[in-house]
Parts: sequence; C-alpha cells; structure tokens
Amino acid sequence: MPSLSPSRRQFLSSTGMLLLIASAPGARAAEHSGSLPWKPFAALPPTTLPGGRWYVFSPEEARTVEAIVDRLIPADELSIGGREAGCAGFIDRQLAGSYGSSERLYTQGPFAAGLPTQGYQGSAAPTRRYREGLDALNKHTRANFGGKAFFDLGAAEQDQVLKDFETGKVDYKPAAGFFNLVLQNTMEGFFADPIYGGNKDMAGWKFIGFPGARYDYRDYITAHNQPFPLPPLSIAGRPEWKTGDK
Amino acid sequence: MARKLPRKDVVIVGLGWTGSILAHELTDAGLDVVAIERGPWRDTATDFNVAYAPDELRYAVRKDLFLQPAQEAMTMRNNVTQTALPMRDYGSFLPGTGVGGAGTHWNGHTWRFFPSDFTLKTHLTERYGADRLSELQIQDWGVSYDELESAFDRFEYLAGISGKAGNLNGTIQPGGNPFEGPRKREYPLPAMQMTYAPTLFAEAARSRGLHPFPTPSANLSKAYVNPLGIAMGQCTACGFCERFGCANYSKSSAHTTVLPVLMRKSNFEARTECEVLKINLAPDGKTATGVTYIDVNGETFEQPADIVLLNAYGLHNVRLMLLSGIGKPYDPATGEGVVGRNYCYQTNASAQVFFEGKSMNPFIAAGALGQTVDDYNGDAFDHGALNFVGGAGINCIPTNGRPIQYRPVPPGTPRWGSAWKKATRQYYNNTLTFSSQGSSYATRGNYLDLDPTYKDRFGRPLLRVTFDFPDNDIRMSNWVSDRMQEIATALGGKQAVVGKQQKGWNSVPYQSTHNTGGAIMGTDPRTSAVNRHLQSWDVPNVFAIGASAFPQNAGKNPTGPVGALAFWAADSIRNHYLKNPGKLVEA
Repeated sequence: MPSLSPSRRQFLSSTGMLLLIASAPGARAAEHSGSLPWKPFAALPPTTLPGGRWYVFSPEEARTVEAIVDRLIPADELSIGGREAGCAGFIDRQLAGSYGSSERLYTQGPFAAGLPTQGYQGSAAPTRRYREGLDALNKHTRANFGGKAFFDLGAAEQDQVLKDFETGKVDYKPAAGFFNLVLQNTMEGFFADPIYGGNKDMAGWKFIGFPGARYDYRDYITAHNQPFPLPPLSIAGRPEWKTGDK
Repeated sequence: MARKLPRKDVVIVGLGWTGSILAHELTDAGLDVVAIERGPWRDTATDFNVAYAPDELRYAVRKDLFLQPAQEAMTMRNNVTQTALPMRDYGSFLPGTGVGGAGTHWNGHTWRFFPSDFTLKTHLTERYGADRLSELQIQDWGVSYDELESAFDRFEYLAGISGKAGNLNGTIQPGGNPFEGPRKREYPLPAMQMTYAPTLFAEAARSRGLHPFPTPSANLSKAYVNPLGIAMGQCTACGFCERFGCANYSKSSAHTTVLPVLMRKSNFEARTECEVLKINLAPDGKTATGVTYIDVNGETFEQPADIVLLNAYGLHNVRLMLLSGIGKPYDPATGEGVVGRNYCYQTNASAQVFFEGKSMNPFIAAGALGQTVDDYNGDAFDHGALNFVGGAGINCIPTNGRPIQYRPVPPGTPRWGSAWKKATRQYYNNTLTFSSQGSSYATRGNYLDLDPTYKDRFGRPLLRVTFDFPDNDIRMSNWVSDRMQEIATALGGKQAVVGKQQKGWNSVPYQSTHNTGGAIMGTDPRTSAVNRHLQSWDVPNVFAIGASAFPQNAGKNPTGPVGALAFWAADSIRNHYLKNPGKLVEA
C-alpha cells in the first residue's frame, strides 16, 4: 500500500502531532479486555493557571485589553465591569494554553481567502491575532486621538473606536474579525466558571441568574414559573466555603 | 512496515453506539472480536466526573470531548463551482471521537422514523406523482418499518428510553405521537416530567388543534436496569447534556448500556488511540483481509480478520471506503457511482418568544426533555396543494441555560455595552425557544468525495463535503416556519421572532450533527453502496453501519434508526451471513 504509507517526513511531523492530540498526559495506545479499565487518579481535571501575573500580554497589551473588556461589559448597577470580573486575565490565560496556538485546529495550508460559509481561513492563531489587533488598535488611536493609546481615551471615545472596529470602518483589514474574537473571549471570561480566572465571585452568573455548576434540579422541575431560590455554585465551590486563601 | 497481528473473526472500526452493539451481538454468537478506536478510552467514573463535568467553557466551547480538526478535518463548499476549503474548526456539526463516540455527548432524542420514510420514493410517487420528485434523488431504504420494528424495540429497551407510545399495535394512544408507526409495546420508561417552557408550548399547540407529546428521551425519567442487567440512574435535569458526558449514569450511551457487560467477555478486546488507515483488500478487490492501523506512538499494525465492520461516524465510514477503494466513487456530473452519493443533513429553523415577568429557569433542563409536534413532519400531512415534499418536527426542548452560549435577546439589541447588559438580564429568564427540525432530501449535487488538495496528518486526503440546502427543503422549512409563527402567536408574549432557513449552508454556526448518507442502503447496486443488510455490494465481508446508510434524512434525530440498523445488521450477520458467508443479496 505504497500510496498510503506515511512518508518519513510526514511520519516525523505526525508523531509530534499525535503526542499533542493524545487525550491525557501519558496517554498511549492501549488494549482493554476482561473488565472495564479503571485506575485511580486517571481523571483529567480542568487545566487552569494561577492568577496574579500576565502570561502572554505585554504591560501595554494588558492595559489595552482591560480597557476594552470594561467597555464591552461596563460596570453599572447590574454588575461589576469586565475589568474587575477578570476578563482580561481570563483571555491572557486562555491564550497561554492550547487555544492561543490553535493547537487542536486544522492549521495546514494552503491558505486561501474563502467564502463566509467556509469560516476563518487565516493562518494566524489567536495569540498572533491579539498581538496584531491590539497593535493596530493603539496605532489607530495614536494617529487619530492626539497620540493617545486606547486606554488613555475617555469612555465615549473608546466606544466609538470599538464600534469602528466592529463595523470594519478603520484602516485595518481584519478589524471586524479581531473585534468579534475579543467580544467572544470577553463573554467567555464573564460567563465561564471562575476557575478560569474571570467571572469573579460568579458576578456574571448573578447578573443573569444562572445557578452555575449545580447538578440536581429534580426538586424544581415542576416548580413552574417560580424564581429559583439557590445562589450560584462554581466547580470550586462558593467563596464562603473556603477558610484559607482563595 | 506494518506488524502483522494474529487473525480475528471480526474487526470493528470505531467503538461507539453501533460498534458496541455489534460487538456485543457477535461475541454472543461466539466470535472473537476486536474493536479499534482512534480516540481515548472514556468512562463515566473517570472522564465524566461529577465534580467538574458542568464546565461550559471546557466541554461546550473548547469542545474537549470532540474530534479535533488537527486529528482529522474536512473541507466544504456549497456547490461544485466553488473551491472547497478546510473547516479549520468544526462548527456546523461536531463529530465525536473516543469510546462511546458521538453517542457520548448527544442530547438523547430517540426516534423511530415514520413507516413512509423507509419507502419514501414509492410512497411519494404513488401519492403525488413522479413529477413532484423531479429535482430530488429520493430512494427507498430496501428495508421496511415493519421489518425494523423489533430492532427499534431492542434499541429502546437497551437504552431505557422515556416516552409515551402514540400507536400500540395500530391503536392510537392519547398523549403519544398519533403519527408514529405501530409499536408492539410501550416505551420502557414513562415520559419525563415537564419543565415550564414545554408545558406552555404544548398548551399553545393544542389550542391550534395540534398534537403535542413528550419527546422520546434517552435522559431517563426513572432508575432503570436494562436487558443486559446494567443499571442506570434518574436524570437530574442538570442542563449539561449535549457536548458533555453524563456524570450521573442517566443518559444512555455505550458506556451506560453495553460496555460494562461487553468488556467482561473473554472474546472481546478494545484497542484505543489506534486509528484505522485503510481496509485491506485481497488482490481481486472483492474480499477484505483486515485493516491497517497506526497507534498513538506511530507504529503501524495489520489486523487480519474474516469480517470488517465499519462502525465509525457515518462521514468516516464513507471516507474509509473511499480511501480503501471499496465501491465506485459517486460522480455528480454523471450521477453514477455510489460511495459519497445522497449526502444529506437537516433543515432547521428556530423561534423565540420574549415574555415579561416570567421565571423560565432555562438551566433546569435535559437534552431531550421537552415536547414535540409531528403534525407537519414527513408525510403526516397532505402535500397535495403544496410545492414541496418532506416536513419538520416542531420541538420545544430547552436543553440548557449555559450562559456563554445561551443569552437570548430581541433582534436589534447591541452586542455589548450598557444596552446589551440591560436586555441580557431582562430576557435570560423570559424567553421561550422552540425550533423546527426538517427533513433533508437528496439531490444529485450534494455528495461526499476526497479533497484534491488538503491532507490529514498522515498525508491522506480529507473528506470533501459539497452541500447546500435543496430548494425543495427551503420551501418546506419556510412553510413550517409559518406554522411556527402561528404557535408563537398562540403563546402570547411581548414579541415573537421566527427564523427562516436560507440557501447557502454555513459551516460556522452550530446546526446539527446529523450528517447522513454517502454509503446508502438500497436494492440496486447502481444506486446504493450497501444492500438491505448494510453489506457492501462489492466486498461482501465488509458491512458499513450507521447514518451513512440513510438514503435521505427525515425531520427527526438519527440515533434511533442508527441503533435499529445496528441490531438489524447484527441479526443479518448472525442469522444469515455466518451460515453462508458471501453475498446476502444477489444483484
């Protein structure tokens, strides 16, 4: 079957790929027979990174993203804003993982422009899209707002700049795509489980009334049209359950 | 050079729903069976851990349990005038991987197709004339509903399906689906308790003279012990069903219904993290000698076997047949060839009704907890004065309130900022959503083949999907949307928004993982890849089992018929093929 034998070159690159794809640390081909395979501590809990530092963003990038997320989700009487909720740190930590490099996606060429129905066809993974997009954003504001970076603008000016990116009005070709990426990731940060660094104290869940990582609603299925009485719960529990450091 | 392994009676490619059922049936018949699965081993206790299973970001958004495009992508285009490009991330549909397959992270809607669906070409031609079908490539299945009835029954009892029969031995039952085919006995479990939104929907539908009934569900209404002696628990309505493994042993899948028994059999073995590269053929091309696979360490093996069963996801069954040279590839220019023929999908539209002052509590939910109206599905209604064939189920099945992906707001609401916040908060608990799930009928131009440009990590061509919604299906779906508008009006509310499907299938937003056809069953080897026993016409010791065998898709979820076809094929092999290996149907 010569036509299907992987060449040596393909084999070498595919071996690297296979190791990345393997589902669990140390995963390998396995033969199972005689009983359900089970061993203790084989579970794969969520991958998280500790907060308190930036993994991917430079200081200027971090300030820019914090300013963006705070306009996308502004603080008001309904909830804290995107910045306080940790959306920027959430995005930074996501980019530091497999998401930032598109390691799980199909990234082989050739690359072509494509139709809207064919989805994103760029060669840049999210981390590079942030680098280039944030740079374009600050270049745009410095050129049009007296040399100021995005984070030094007033709220109304920031909103206008974001709208111009959203609608592709600025002189930066992937502007709308970049805006959509940041908007999607900001919402992920505001509404994902707090273990990933955003949604501080479940603020996003309290804002809309989502009870979080609860696992049994049987007592409430037929309580039609009645407000759900319990507060939200994270995979990590609730803040008041903890006695030590968060 | 592949290392040659000792011969087995049967090699199964893919250990999901159908692979597990076939393995169980054929090991019971005394055969020595090995299943080769390219994804990891997964089971409830370890991998669907209750402590961290309700994680929307990880499982629903980053799609942790699904087939990753880096492992295998597909290319797509809407028609042959376009150049197909890879779906660099899966969006419109999400194939599974690993033990349990896509049956791990499904919602659990478990249907029988209508009797008329199995003889569709004959039925519609008799009722409306051949001209009505001129733009379509509709075919009969080669097997009837009556022949499959006991196979449906076995799958439903294996899986502990919760529902209410609508037709017992020809007698219509109040509270069930009056349009379904006759079943010999009730569902194994009663219907689930209804949440608020489906209750409102059913009242509105009844006020329109329609016949709502509880959606048949693989989320269990009660604890259950299945015929293999495997126990399952009652569904807790946690709202983490589709895209997630069930941590509660209350959603039917291979893990919760077959594997605990199958794995104890000495004549069964599963090999995981092993990807089948091709089915090997003898020099005459008419007999399979086994498969070649590569393990996660990059070592290749040849597994000889007397019978090769393709039990991968339907699209992957088709690709493996194309890569292995089993059956003539379909050519849309001539309409000749069979492998890749009659690829179909699902034709859907959604509706939202916005209320004030309600507590819909969308998070109290399960994947198949809801109500369905089948009055406008399939050929349950007279199409005589209409300009299409086919139909759609209308479903109010609010599966979840997970907030990264579920934040309904009326059209015109900004996507961010203060106005977005106000509307998001106002409508999260005040929106009722329902949708149509429509039939998808084959045309000459919708098909599957191998992409000429893009390769997988082993250098093999990716599968190319050429698909757009046929005009017939657009007319059908838009007509059903008008009926949804009538239900929405009856529901009241402040504002109703009913979507209408349009041409230009978009691979980005999620629509449905109901990809059917490409290796369809039938009675004529010129228009089908497998015969009525799911046996390859060209290589009789290969069977391709799954939704790849559907000649066209109905307005219903495919897993019920897929499970039935698994039992049907197992019976064919046990009762006919093993006694006299060779072609079960002479062409």
